Amino acid sequence: MTELLVHTGGLSTTVQDAGRDGHYAIGMPPSGAMDQYSFRVGNLLVGNSEGAAALEATYIGPRLEFTDTRLVAVTGADTPVTLNGEPADTWRALPVGPGDVLSLSPVTGGARPYVAVSGGIAVPEYLGSRSTYTLTGGGGLDGRKLADGDRLPLGATEVPPASGRPVPEELRPGFPEVTEARTVVGLCSYRFTHGALKSFLGEPWKVTKDADRIGYRMSGWSLDFVPREQPHGAGSGPANVVDLGYPVGSIQVPGGDEPIVLLNDAVTGGGYATIGTVVSVDRDRMAQTKTGDQVSFVSVGLEDALEARRERGERLARVRELLTA
Amino acid sequence: MTTTAVTLPPARYEFGADEFVFVEIDQAMSLEANFKAMAITSALREEGLDGIVDICPSNASYMIRVDPERLHPKELVAELQRLERSQSEVAADRTLRTRVVDVPVLYDDPWTRETVLRFRDRHQDPEATDLEYAARINGFSSVERLTEALSGAPFIVTMLGFVPGLPFSYQMVPRERQIEVPKYVRPRTDTPERSFGYGGAFAVVYPVRGAGGYQLFGIAPAPVFDAEQRLPDFASGVVFPRPGDILRYRAIDTAEYERLRSEVDAGTFRYRIREAEFRPAEFLSDPDGVNRDLLEVLYR
Repeated sequence: MTELLVHTGGLSTTVQDAGRDGHYAIGMPPSGAMDQYSFRVGNLLVGNSEGAAALEATYIGPRLEFTDTRLVAVTGADTPVTLNGEPADTWRALPVGPGDVLSLSPVTGGARPYVAVSGGIAVPEYLGSRSTYTLTGGGGLDGRKLADGDRLPLGATEVPPASGRPVPEELRPGFPEVTEARTVVGLCSYRFTHGALKSFLGEPWKVTKDADRIGYRMSGWSLDFVPREQPHGAGSGPANVVDLGYPVGSIQVPGGDEPIVLLNDAVTGGGYATIGTVVSVDRDRMAQTKTGDQVSFVSVGLEDALEARRERGERLARVRELLTA
Repeated sequence: MTTTAVTLPPARYEFGADEFVFVEIDQAMSLEANFKAMAITSALREEGLDGIVDICPSNASYMIRVDPERLHPKELVAELQRLERSQSEVAADRTLRTRVVDVPVLYDDPWTRETVLRFRDRHQDPEATDLEYAARINGFSSVERLTEALSGAPFIVTMLGFVPGLPFSYQMVPRERQIEVPKYVRPRTDTPERSFGYGGAFAVVYPVRGAGGYQLFGIAPAPVFDAEQRLPDFASGVVFPRPGDILRYRAIDTAEYERLRSEVDAGTFRYRIREAEFRPAEFLSDPDGVNRDLLEVLYR
């Protein structure tokens, strides 16, 4: 079996695919690539199916050596890339052969680069997906992040090695100073005062150092709860509710300060009041923010969320067209 | 013996953006609300609608994950409202096949005590342990009285979630005898694997080490999650508990804890499980009588 040699694993690099669906009811979150758009474009560039397993890095990417002829593409966060020490393009398929070494430098914009390799990362499936879920140690490479010296199995590839066209700038994600996260307000938003909702949606929040695949803790100010006699079973804290399901993307507010946006490896339920849910495509944007960045939550309705989804589908269709033209 | 009669309000429907529909049966916990969530989600499961990714019954609510490209969330809500009308009350003849399970717990153990002490700055009462605090605010004269009450009546699994296999369990006693505690002011960043926790009116066993906001009362020797499916009770899946299971959190001593741990390590541990028929309506009218019967079946 051909392998990808991991010289250095980077800060926190994991195998991810489109996600592990259908196990939410036992408390298993979907995992999967956090920026699904960049991940999928990476796969399209190297001729894989859109959902093939790839590598998701965080801040500092890996250094990888190839052992056979492949195509590789780096997408997602802005990250200088070298191939055998020479600068190489991102958002473009690069042909590689045995002994070639791809190296990612620390990101200069965004947070998470993706490395897609033709044939895909062929770690065994766990409950129908190759995505890593580190909390219980399932999926990916032994359920953990990559370490120096690891060897990753690669799938068979039929794609002839050829350097493809680059994905044009307008089809790559931007990394603005303030990231807009469109949010459907609701769930337990009735627990928050009018003023709290206004400040939640008003000024941007700052991403704290507690920001990972499980969730992003944000800091800014305190949100007041509507006073009430707590319902039976909830617990006496004002943020306490009778434990309920947490949608992926939902925002919980323990203690009234530091809202937490739940992401791909998040807990699936719990007993803190939730104020709303970030629309699915804007989890891509959240994934590219990092500690110290600013995020503003913008209230939208269900139809806007569905429209955003359609738009992402169209952008992916344009990438597909460009690459096959 | 009287139970608090619960009249449920109309359910509240909410969109968790484009991929989730959240339905709150009631803001307060009650077995009536849970039985209704179970009934609606079972009926939905039987319909086998295209576009439904996950069906997650919760304590007094439920959540559906949907693929909006196949099923418009608004159409799903219309269907759920139809099911809500058809499942308006707990049917007197409704019978659930369930399992009654003995779940040993070492209360007031050294591992969770160490964790509790490490996170006092996030707690309502930094001067007391979680057990001392819970005993006091629930009017028990000592920690022992509290653990006797916890061990004394079984719990029903009303929701799975948080992390894989965590059973939210609600004690099968009338509301006036329910033990209730708040969650931590800010969640802990660490919890020992298999900790026995309590938050709101729910007991849990934490499947893996990680964050947690529940008060910590003890530790279970046996897992509720087994990624490698090493133990025989996990042959059909990585998680052991199922919604509707009836669990008895039996107090054990250190010697039994050590013995059971070595059985778990050797791969020979098995939960004591008995199949039972459970009639929610009968339970609601005579909880203590039904509990007595269930525990008799379990230890016969």
